[in-house]
Amino acid sequence: MPPMIMNGLFTQLLGAIVAVSLAPLFLGWVNQCRAWLSNRSAPPLLQPYLVIRKLLHKDAVLAENASPLFRVVPYILFGAMVTAAAIIPSLGTALPFAVCADAIALVGLFATARVFIALAAMDIGTAFGSMGARREMMVGFLAEPALLMVVFTASLICGSTALPTIADTLAGRTLAIYPSLAFAGVAFLMVLLAENARIPIDNPATHLELTMIHEAMVLEYSARHLALIEWASALKLFNYACIGFALFLPWGLAHEDNPLALLWALPLLGLKLIAAGAGLALIETVSAKLRIFRAPEFLAMAFMLAVLGLLVRLLLGS
Amino acid sequence: MSGHPPLLTGALALACGWIGIGLLGLLRPHSVRYAGRVLFPLGALAGLALAAIAIVAIWQPVQSLVLPLGLPDLPIHLRLDPLSAFFLLLLGTVSAGVSLFSAGYFREGEGAAPGLLGLQYHVFLGSMALVLLADDAYGFMVAWETMALSSYFLVTTQHRIPEIRRAGFLYLLLAHLGAISILLCYGVLQGGSWQFTFDAMRHAQLAPAWASAAFGLAVLGFGAKAGLVPLHVWLPEAHPAAPSPVSALMSGVMLKTAIYGLLRVSLDLLHQPQWWWGAAVLALGLFSALFGVVFAAVQTDMKRLLAYSSIENIGIVCAGIGLTLLFHAFHMPALAGLSLAATLYHCLNHAFFKSLLFLATGSVLHATHERSLGKLGGLIRRMPWVAWLALIGTLAIAGLPPLNGFVSEWLLLQSFLFTPEIPQPFANMLVPLGAAALAHTAAVAGYVMVNFYGVIFLGQLREPQLAQAQDCGWLERIGLSWLAAGCVALGLVPVLVLRLLNQVNAHLLGDAALVHADGIWVLAPVSPQRASYVPVVFLLGAALVVVLAVWITKGVYHGRVRLSAPWDCGYPLQTPRMQDSAEGFGYPVRHIFEPFFRMKRELPSPFDAAPRYRVVVEDWTWYGLYLPVAGAVLKLAALVGLLQRGRIAVYLLYSFLTLVVLLVIVL
Repeated sequence: MPPMIMNGLFTQLLGAIVAVSLAPLFLGWVNQCRAWLSNRSAPPLLQPYLVIRKLLHKDAVLAENASPLFRVVPYILFGAMVTAAAIIPSLGTALPFAVCADAIALVGLFATARVFIALAAMDIGTAFGSMGARREMMVGFLAEPALLMVVFTASLICGSTALPTIADTLAGRTLAIYPSLAFAGVAFLMVLLAENARIPIDNPATHLELTMIHEAMVLEYSARHLALIEWASALKLFNYACIGFALFLPWGLAHEDNPLALLWALPLLGLKLIAAGAGLALIETVSAKLRIFRAPEFLAMAFMLAVLGLLVRLLLGS
Repeated sequence: MSGHPPLLTGALALACGWIGIGLLGLLRPHSVRYAGRVLFPLGALAGLALAAIAIVAIWQPVQSLVLPLGLPDLPIHLRLDPLSAFFLLLLGTVSAGVSLFSAGYFREGEGAAPGLLGLQYHVFLGSMALVLLADDAYGFMVAWETMALSSYFLVTTQHRIPEIRRAGFLYLLLAHLGAISILLCYGVLQGGSWQFTFDAMRHAQLAPAWASAAFGLAVLGFGAKAGLVPLHVWLPEAHPAAPSPVSALMSGVMLKTAIYGLLRVSLDLLHQPQWWWGAAVLALGLFSALFGVVFAAVQTDMKRLLAYSSIENIGIVCAGIGLTLLFHAFHMPALAGLSLAATLYHCLNHAFFKSLLFLATGSVLHATHERSLGKLGGLIRRMPWVAWLALIGTLAIAGLPPLNGFVSEWLLLQSFLFTPEIPQPFANMLVPLGAAALAHTAAVAGYVMVNFYGVIFLGQLREPQLAQAQDCGWLERIGLSWLAAGCVALGLVPVLVLRLLNQVNAHLLGDAALVHADGIWVLAPVSPQRASYVPVVFLLGAALVVVLAVWITKGVYHGRVRLSAPWDCGYPLQTPRMQDSAEGFGYPVRHIFEPFFRMKRELPSPFDAAPRYRVVVEDWTWYGLYLPVAGAVLKLAALVGLLQRGRIAVYLLYSFLTLVVLLVIVL
């Protein structure tokens, strides 16, 4: 039916555009909350946009021995994150593109982005670059299975791994707390913190050499490459937040048969993001950064919680 | 039984043709040019022809043939069914790429004469084809042993080096332990009929205990060949010893003949599996996978790393077999079909990307004469062809979309998601843990492959002589490109592969086991609502965004670039030694998975004038299993040796005593 398809395409495009354009704003909001909570004067809300604009204007400085791989990775990273945004039901569940990739493919997409940025970090051959790559991959191999287990728990409840179907099914249920989803939710939060280089695993605000992970990998990037990487990181955080909403707060998404629902799905998404950003800033403010070798314990706990959620679902059916 | 099976005859002719090509090598054994321009290209052609035959045969009804050869009253039976056709397809396509690469690879003065190598290589290929075609235990064992022996000679090509001889011996030993076990398995399978054709075994009625015994022997025998833990120890020794194309064939194809054997016995010759067989193989496979990947992360020799990664992939394949048996035992054909398709798909994928990576290490080895990851680095600038093609293999083996490794892992995870429907509570509970282990394995595999690729190809040159490294020749490029193209194609059009796999499913598990494979692009094995994956659109979507991003950043702003020295936080002194080596990169895994390893650390004291830090990471199985067994065998031999006195009088006494004992028994 053409109207249905038009509606789907519109939701799809709007979702992707909202994600790409609002992701830096969300990051700016989190930074502002962090500043307030730690009693600093906050940077402007639009600071991430200003940074990206500034970087786009600059000349790119490349290391002499950079290979072509180093130069294409920022674009791949950005492409991967936008593609991910197109799969995740952030505004509505009528997403024609979501047929292309389910939740497992989404996890795979994040893994692809991670592998590429780690390879790029090793490309110049500096001590910090390879250190960052090693740590990022370590966090990755601990966090990725936990994320997959969270997705599995939701998939078992809904009988599907397609994210729009999961969000639809979960939204259609009565407001009851599933113990399995509660476990999964805590695990997901821990994965979100780790994967987006937030405290307690990494600190996005520091360039202290010995503790950094994400920043160590992008040290050699500048100008447009760095702008794309920063934008992609903001998008990644936005995407994770939207996955969280789709799995744990799926209410208020527009359905296929009700295109007007988009009108209130958008402000609702804004509200959710404001709350989530403030919560994230609160968590980051009250927790301390872990030593790098405490990170496996943190993530192993996330993994165990996620597996526990899966077992609870299987054993108790709840 | 059809009277005139042209496809089977063709396949047999090609298998014999391979052996014939090998014999041609004896005409001019010392000419590298002859081997490179005639023998190996011919072998590649034969491989392609075999693949073509296999693709046709997979759609045809079963064909069989009895050859009037062999011992009296024991003719050789041959059979071409969808299962063997699928593995012949794997053998043909992958060996074509490896043969093309070999045509440019072998050089003067590397161990055995090239003509002799050609003989061993092609006999190896031919015997693998015969293993897949054999339809009786006798023919199977002859082909199997030919395969083991020819590969043994290939492994020990450089037999003047003692380590290589030792690695070859270890391989031969485990190959024969496995062969004995397989022989015993067939002995049990004939079920008192004393007919050793597979057809008789299919009809034999076995008591459940005997069926279980046969299955256990098959797992032991084929597991030794495939490299299941704890029978995996030969892989990390034999692969570094063998020339790279041989490693590629052994890891890419020969391990799959063991998987073929296991599938043949468990799904074809034994009719009704018991559920705990599946559970056992699943557990064994997952443990092997995790074990292999964790060990791969701490290796410092690039070929050993790939060998451990093969153990991991075989583990994943066996997990798939276990899941198939589990579903099959509970009469859930659709799900058994899904997991069998995932298993076979992973076999095919692994054949392509692992061969590709082994061949790439061969090129690196030729260009640098260095296998140690601590002394390589930066080769993407010296060997762009090898590096970019190896990147495809690296991403594929790490299980990343949209390449092929992801498709099979996706299918396998999908089948894991159905396990709650299993009516057995134990199996039902253990399986999500299996899914967790599989997810973990896949994630660590990504780590390992970043280590592998980053340390070899990226960064600065770790040794000055690497600056002389040359890219590989054109034949090698064609071989590598063929395999890389396979990785991409298998990743992008999974539905076409699934249609082939459906033929195997229908043959082994019945028509209810067909996986949903309509259309060309949309992979939705169960239903589109349940899960779907469209790699082509996925890739196009991402590519569109990438192009837009390039266009906007460069077009709207500018594309100016300046070159400068690396920044690295402004530290003035940077040497290539400051990059992570493989040891450094593997350190987190060594730290997190410490109980897996047997580690010995030697730390320098603070007052040491010339401090040395040493850490030795070893495999527990050597100390827990192999060395005690070897010690016990030696002790037993020493006890028997007591009889040996070296004096004629004592031996006469033995004869006398024997006669007395015999007389007592007889009278």
